[in-house]
Amino acid sequence: MKLDSKIPSGPIAQSWDKYRFDMKLINPANKRKFKILVVGTGLAGGAAAATFGELGYNVETFTYNDSPRRAHSIAAQGGINAAKNYQNDGDSIWRLFYDTVKGGDYRAREANVYRLAQVSANIIDQCVAQGVPFAREYGGTLANRSFGGAQVSRTFYARGQTGQQLLLGAYSALNRQIAAGKVKSHTRKEMLDVVLVDGYARGIVTRDLVTGKIESHVGDAVVLATGGYGNVFFLSTNAQACNVTATYRAYKKGALFANPCFTQIHPTCIPVSGDHQSKLTLMSESLRNDGRIWVPKNKGDNRAPQDIPEQDRDYYLERKYPSFGNLSPRDISSRAAKQVCDEGRGVGSTGYGVYLDFADAIGRLGKHAIEERYGNLFEMYERITGEDPYTTPMRIYPASHYTMGGLWVDYNLMSNVPGLHVIGEANFSDHGANRLGASALMQGLADGYFVIPYTIGHFFANNPVDKSVTTSHPEFQKAEQEAKEKINLLLSINGKRTPTSFHKELGTLIWDKVGMARNEAGLKEAIARIPQIREEFWANLNVTGEPDSLNMALEKALRVADFLEFAEVMAWDALERDESCGGHFREEHQTPDGEAVRNDEKFAHVAAWEYTGVGTKPNRHKEELTFENVPLSVRSYK
Amino acid sequence: MKLTLNIWRQKDKNSKGQFENYNLNEVSPDMSFLEMLDVLNEDLLHKGDEPVAFDHDCREGICGACSMTINGRPHGPEKQTTTCQLHMRKFNDGETITIEPFRAKPFPVIRDLIVDRTSFDRIQQAGGFVSVNTGSSPDSNAVPIAKVAADKAFDAAACIGCGACVAACPNGAAMLFTSAKIGQFALLPQGQPERKERVIAMVKQMDSEGFGACTNHYECEAACPKGISVEFIAMMNRDFMKASFSR
Ligand code: FES
Repeated sequence: MKLDSKIPSGPIAQSWDKYRFDMKLINPANKRKFKILVVGTGLAGGAAAATFGELGYNVETFTYNDSPRRAHSIAAQGGINAAKNYQNDGDSIWRLFYDTVKGGDYRAREANVYRLAQVSANIIDQCVAQGVPFAREYGGTLANRSFGGAQVSRTFYARGQTGQQLLLGAYSALNRQIAAGKVKSHTRKEMLDVVLVDGYARGIVTRDLVTGKIESHVGDAVVLATGGYGNVFFLSTNAQACNVTATYRAYKKGALFANPCFTQIHPTCIPVSGDHQSKLTLMSESLRNDGRIWVPKNKGDNRAPQDIPEQDRDYYLERKYPSFGNLSPRDISSRAAKQVCDEGRGVGSTGYGVYLDFADAIGRLGKHAIEERYGNLFEMYERITGEDPYTTPMRIYPASHYTMGGLWVDYNLMSNVPGLHVIGEANFSDHGANRLGASALMQGLADGYFVIPYTIGHFFANNPVDKSVTTSHPEFQKAEQEAKEKINLLLSINGKRTPTSFHKELGTLIWDKVGMARNEAGLKEAIARIPQIREEFWANLNVTGEPDSLNMALEKALRVADFLEFAEVMAWDALERDESCGGHFREEHQTPDGEAVRNDEKFAHVAAWEYTGVGTKPNRHKEELTFENVPLSVRSYK
Repeated sequence: MKLTLNIWRQKDKNSKGQFENYNLNEVSPDMSFLEMLDVLNEDLLHKGDEPVAFDHDCREGICGACSMTINGRPHGPEKQTTTCQLHMRKFNDGETITIEPFRAKPFPVIRDLIVDRTSFDRIQQAGGFVSVNTGSSPDSNAVPIAKVAADKAFDAAACIGCGACVAACPNGAAMLFTSAKIGQFALLPQGQPERKERVIAMVKQMDSEGFGACTNHYECEAACPKGISVEFIAMMNRDFMKASFSR
């Protein structure tokens, strides 16, 4: 299969402008003749649906939540990057582009990243116009901070709730279009399948989570904005309902899944406290601006943190990465934490934790200043752990947080299936092997507000749609039938184990073998083990209740069933990518002091996987990456 | 810890509901309230029963999905804390805990602890936005906004739309929710052009959804997990009066 990325030729700084000029347009009066189905109403989906509506398209949105406002974008704390250079500290589109390509460890497409950096400034303008209450200086201008290892202050924020404010902005724009009748919003409806007619994505099949009704929806294009698959690890910072079903179903219908092994493990989360744990809570990375990370120098040092004198502490990030120290990028910080815990120097009851200590900052700036900066985070920490971080250092540990992999898309954000577009975290495009802090919100909104609204018109202009297709087309009937059969099957197994117990078993395996550090033997073990768990799932699952009512166990079972297949693709990708890069760390490929070693000669490409059947190894396709503007170099933060 | 749970069970919108008793014997004080319910639900599944349905998603106090009344208080006993952030160490060994859905006429029960809060969406759709199309905005620093105004607007915008204010109000009023959105825009220059139309449209929608009137009990503020102040209600009332007279 030849993957055509459709990257425009010519100098990168002009390529998006030129591409937009070359695109065919749809006459304003004709836009209403097209219907777009948008699945997922987070930042990417909400922004896209609202903008489509403003342009005159007919839109239907789908979310499994009771309201579009609850999508998990809402939980992003830190901020959103934009190359505004308001701080006059040397930022520019070029620098944001450069940082993102380098931060992604040279596994992202240059052209996409450049475009992202370009439109980043428009996003802030748009959000401010919507009434998003960003933090401001006394003079009334917007405030910025430096975030996640960036050496310029380009992050815009709204206290520790930036994701919430941006999502509510997109939600308000969406509401305006719902009120105007341009968008029809379906809530508590989960997509179970995508429907292809003559090779084109023409609709979806959903389950109404209240009535259990299986329904078909037809459109002229489908946009998936369904987020990432971080919950494959069972424990993650994702919301409980986040799942891989939409993108995995598309994969089973022929869309390629790109770089599924690129997952981000966030360094600053509250550690696991026991078996009952259902999720992990992120503590904003901004804490690393003032907190110092350490563990005891010696194994088995069980003294209370306050009783461990300076000379017996190891501030390992400051020691290993003197220039970035506690602000080293996420993948590097996470791995370093794992390393010290594996050495037996971890803290807390499980031994899987490191200290994040504010004593110095409090001494230097006073308790009040720290309270002003992080008060709400400290409170949240105390609520969850029962410990007071003003007097006892916080304990943190890495957790699954974001997935850089996703469905393969071209420069238009369309997958290899015509008509099937993928935006936000659900696609693979912009972050390479590691995402920088405050870049997820930027990408979701860039895709939704400023990219897909243009490129979808180009698609319509070039692809005459067969208007005779309705939901009574046999392809829709077939997909509905399959969904119903699957549900009946799940309800009739009558085994002994709950969907959650399988999810936990799978998640533990993936965390151990396909988590922060991977090796050949472990990956092969995972590939052997996953089909066994899957088999037991289909033989020994217990789901009570009926198909045609609100049934939480059934919802969960449907999601876990897809994770159980998807996890294998992830493990294959990690095995075949025989190098270390960004969040993908293969133990076989490291320097003597434990740094990742890339293999650009063999792996400077996107791996895009093609479905070949459940349990059989998928086909691996390559999109070669070229770096003409950011020369390949070793990513060093020493 | 050992606990007795007294939980509202209701099959669907049209069925009559009732309280059922459940015993849990091994609750860890480190569990969140929803994790405690997870344990109960796993037990129920093992016994072949149906789990207790409840809304939840982020489990970090921001999405506003979780919505239950615990011992008579929306989101339970701890101040400014959503149910998902409430931990079992706040309860005592041997305690009986009563759990029911958020109660209000405009929030019909869908199943067990899940209620229908789409009326909130409709209030927002009536005018909770600034009419600006993508791409038509000026540079974001073109209009300076005083820090105090921006901060205050943020205080209002922090609302998570959970509905605790309605459940806490003896009249089932949605004044705190509605006024928070109106207040956010009223405090910002971006919200001025549509200020009058907005307050009138949103208040009208709120009334038509069947929410009650405010008689100054201020239970809403006490129950709000984000500490939204009732001063936004006063602000909305003033705005509403002004807008009505000048029409
Ligand atoms: S589950 Fe999101 S606020 Fe409680």
